[in-house]
Order: sequence, then structure tokens, then C-alpha cells
Amino acid sequence: MSNEKTSETQLEYMQKHRRHHRLIRRARLALLLCFLILWEFCADYGIIDSFFFSSPSRVADCFVSMVRDRSLFLHIGVTLTETVVSFLLVTLLSLLAATLLWYSKKLSEILEPYLVVLNSLPKSALAPLLIVWLGTGIPTIIVAGISVAVFGAVISLYTGFLQVDAEKLLLIDTLGGRKRDRFFKVVLPACVPILLSNMKVNVGLALVGVIIGEFLAARRGLGYLIIYGSQVFQLNMLITSILILCAIAMILYQIIQGIEHWYRKKR
Amino acid sequence: MTTDLLKVEDLSFSYHNLSGETAALSHLSFSVKKGEFLAIVGPSGCGKSTILSLLAGLLTPEEGGITFYGKNGRKPGIGYMLQRDQLFEWRSIWKNVTLGLEIQHKLTPENKKKVEKMLEDYGLSDFAKKRPSELSGGMRQRAALIRTLALEPEILLLDEPFSALDYQTRLTVSADIARIIRSAEKTAILITHDLSEAISLSDRILVLSGRPAHVKAQVSIRLTLPDDSPLAARKAPEYTDYFNHLWEELSDEQ
Ligand SMILES: Nc1ncnc2c1ncn2[C@@H]1O[C@H](COP(=O)(O)OP(=O)(O)OP(=O)(O)O)[C@@H](O)[C@H]1O
Ligand SMILES: [Mg+2]
Repeated sequence: MSNEKTSETQLEYMQKHRRHHRLIRRARLALLLCFLILWEFCADYGIIDSFFFSSPSRVADCFVSMVRDRSLFLHIGVTLTETVVSFLLVTLLSLLAATLLWYSKKLSEILEPYLVVLNSLPKSALAPLLIVWLGTGIPTIIVAGISVAVFGAVISLYTGFLQVDAEKLLLIDTLGGRKRDRFFKVVLPACVPILLSNMKVNVGLALVGVIIGEFLAARRGLGYLIIYGSQVFQLNMLITSILILCAIAMILYQIIQGIEHWYRKKR
Repeated sequence: MTTDLLKVEDLSFSYHNLSGETAALSHLSFSVKKGEFLAIVGPSGCGKSTILSLLAGLLTPEEGGITFYGKNGRKPGIGYMLQRDQLFEWRSIWKNVTLGLEIQHKLTPENKKKVEKMLEDYGLSDFAKKRPSELSGGMRQRAALIRTLALEPEILLLDEPFSALDYQTRLTVSADIARIIRSAEKTAILITHDLSEAISLSDRILVLSGRPAHVKAQVSIRLTLPDDSPLAARKAPEYTDYFNHLWEELSDEQ
């Protein structure tokens, strides 16, 4: 890229790169189509029982009818709101907690075993307890979402804080900085990439927690639809909900990845 | 110009950890005059960096002491340049060189002017908005020097600041930086592994013993320079004698 005009070999390289990506994109799409066609075919010809396994056309019908009666938007909206709120709270809480642990080495040493236990505890075990304490409703579900993600988030963020180059911290000392400067001028900016990749994990985990919560304590939301669908043998509805959940998970992940790209470009 | 600016007397220091005690310095004494360029050489791991950390006040002496004779009896400002430039990739060059001023809340318009002037003088003004990774090794080192000088220290501590550079860059950048320091009439203490660098840049060389370090020899350097190129000192007639003398002092240690 040293001279003004792009050289022929560079052009060739770029073309190869683009071709590669086009191939990958097409293969992904083809895989999805194959799966859908096979599913539809097997259902139509009775190879699988479409009552239990549904089929793409049934899912589409179900989707359309739920869009018509507006119920779908309500459920998606509820799940999405709960997920986003618990994700934001997880991000905030984990940042605050990791900062506190970084500031006080004593505190972090004291709390370490508790954090490890809480992190490895299967959080679904907490859900029934949360219902007893908080009742059924949106707050319970948000807390469930937080509980799944927050401990791991604190641990990995704090670990990231500790991995900051010691000589960079020493530089702050040589410039007459204090602990606050160490944190805000080095630790925090150095850990933005870790924070962002953490957020990608957290949004997925928050969704897991929210769905667990909705299974047990909701009248609305996709988790509720899934449970309800299984109870009344409305498998079409159940599978439609699962597919929508897939889409939500992917979109949320893509949004954070977008932020990550934007941040990398900005630097 | 022959007054002492700082005096180190009978200084001892040990590091402590669970596996035991590491004596780094033992009864170390030396002094530095105002405007002097002192080089410190010694076997690796002998405690050179420890001396600088003590001078900068990042560590406190266990025994003995350091006395400064600054203006009006105040402690002179100290600038510390680390081995690697440690420019932050998430900041522009401008934001990097003003980091010290920012931390000490001294980002006044005059100080900004001074930094702008330095960037210009050292050929970096076109790079103020760039990221560190867009600069060459020599430029980065100059940026790190500006960051240190922005706080207007009287004493500069340099801990092998050129060792990350390749040989050619190192020759020019070290000569460059030594000239900048001299023209700004700063006092400097340079740690280096490179004997020829020590001879060509400094007024006096302190040879340290192995760990725990004490002063083994002091050599004042006077060179008759044939020209003012970066290689001039290495062509001076006295150069070889100094080199051999220092070499012998150091080889006794290893
Ligand atoms: N934080 C520390 N804890 C324990 N021992 C240390 C610590 N820092 C340095 N040491 C030890 O003290 C001795 C002197 O260290 P110092 O860094 O001052 O040496 P140096 O002469 O600068 O070495 P080098 O030539 O490698 O830069 C070394 O043997 C080192 O292992
Ligand atoms: Mg060292």
C-alpha cells in the first residue's frame, strides 16, 4: 500500500479474499435451506410426525397468525426488555464489583472463594428461591437473568484488570500519579476490549437466565410460550418460539459485535 | 556548575518475599553534579533499576539516604524514562505526551505551548494526532522523552531507554536524545549495558559490582571529538582506552 495505485497482486489478493467470503456466506445459506427443505419434506411425507416435529410451513403459519393477533409482539417485547435490562445491569454491576476488587486486594482475597462457588453454582437452582422471595413477575425474571451472568462477568473482568502490564502502571507512578490515575488512565482503557468481549458472553447468559425465569414465573414472554406450548401440545408454537429465540440471540450478539468493530475502527 | 545536585550515601536496599530476602544494594555511595550526565554500568541483575526507583521515590531506602540539593532547598523534579516507551495505544501521540501534565493537573495553555514546541523541535508535530503504532521506534522514544520533559524535571533518570531499538536507530536516537538533554541543561543518570554508549554519551561512568551492588569504580570521560556525528565519540583517540579499562573492571565481576 506504499504507492498510490494499488498493485496488481494486491488487487488479486483482495479479490481472493472477497471470493472466499462470498463462498462462506453462500455455504451458510445453503446449509440453512437444505435443513429447511429436508425438514419440510420429511414432515410432508410422514417420515417424521409433524405433530411432534412441526414443519417449516406450519411454523410460518403459526408465526403469521401470532403476528396477526399481535400476541407475538407482546411476548417478544417482554423477553427482549427483560434481557436488555438484566444485561445492562450485569454490565454495570460487574464493572463496579471488579473495580472495587481491584482497589482493595484484601477484599478480593477475602471474597475469592465465595465468588468461585457462586459462579459454579447452577443458577437454575436459584430460580425457585427467587420466586418465593420476589414473587412472580418481571423483577424476578430480571434478577434471574442477572444471577446467571454476573458472577462470571465479575471474575473475568477482574482477571483482565490484573493482567494489565505492570510497567504501564509503573509509568503512571513515575509521572506522579495515584491509584485513581492507575485505574482510569491505564486499567480501564486497557480493558475495554475485554469488557466488550465479556459483554458478548453476558448478553447470551442474560437471555438464558431470563428464559429460565420465564419458565417458572411468567405469564408472558417467549419462555412462557415455550412452556405453555409444551403443556397444551402446541408444538408449532413451541418451535416457533425457539426459532425466534435463536434470532434474538443472534441479533443481540451482532449488535455488540457491531459496537466492538466500531471501537476498533475508532482507535 | 560544580555543585552537587544529589548525594547517595551508604544506601542499602533489599527486596523481601516469602522465599527470602534479595539484597540488591549494599552501602552504595555516589554523588551527581548539576548538569552532569552520569552513566551507570554493571552486571545484569546487580540492582541498577533499583537505584533509579529509589532516586525517583518509588521505593524507600532501608539504610542510608539520598540527599537532594535543589533550588531553595526544595527537592528537584525528577523525570523517569523506562526501558520500553510505554506509549498507550488508546491515546494519540498528543494525549500520550501530555499524560504527565494531565495527571498532575497542569494542562495549562503555556504548558501545552511548550509541548507543542518540543514536538516541533523533535520532528513529531505532524504525528501529534497519530497512534503510537504508526511511529517508528526512534520516534516513539522521542515521544516518550517529550512526555518526561513536559513536566520540566531537573533530573532525568534513564533506564536503558534505547535497548529496545535496533543498532542503527539506537546510535542516532541516543545521540539525539543526549543532545536534547544537554541543550536543556538537565542532569541525567543513564543506565546502560552498552559500554560504547556509556562512553560516548556521558561525562562520568559509575561501574557497579555484582549483586548486592556497590560502586566499584568511577571513570571520568574526556573525549577529543573529530566531528559531531553520532559515531564521533567512537572515533575519538581516547575511546579504546576507556573501553578496555571499563571492560576489565566489569569482567572481574562476571
Ligand atoms: N520486586 C522484586 N522482588 C524481589 N526481587 C526483586 C524485585 N525486583 C528486583 N529484584 C531482584 O533484585 C535484583 C536487582 O534488580 P534490578 O532490577 O535493580 O537489577 P538491574 O541491575 O536493573 O537488572 P537488569 O540489568 O536485568 O536490568 C535482581 O536480582 C532482581 O532479581
Ligand atoms: Mg534493570
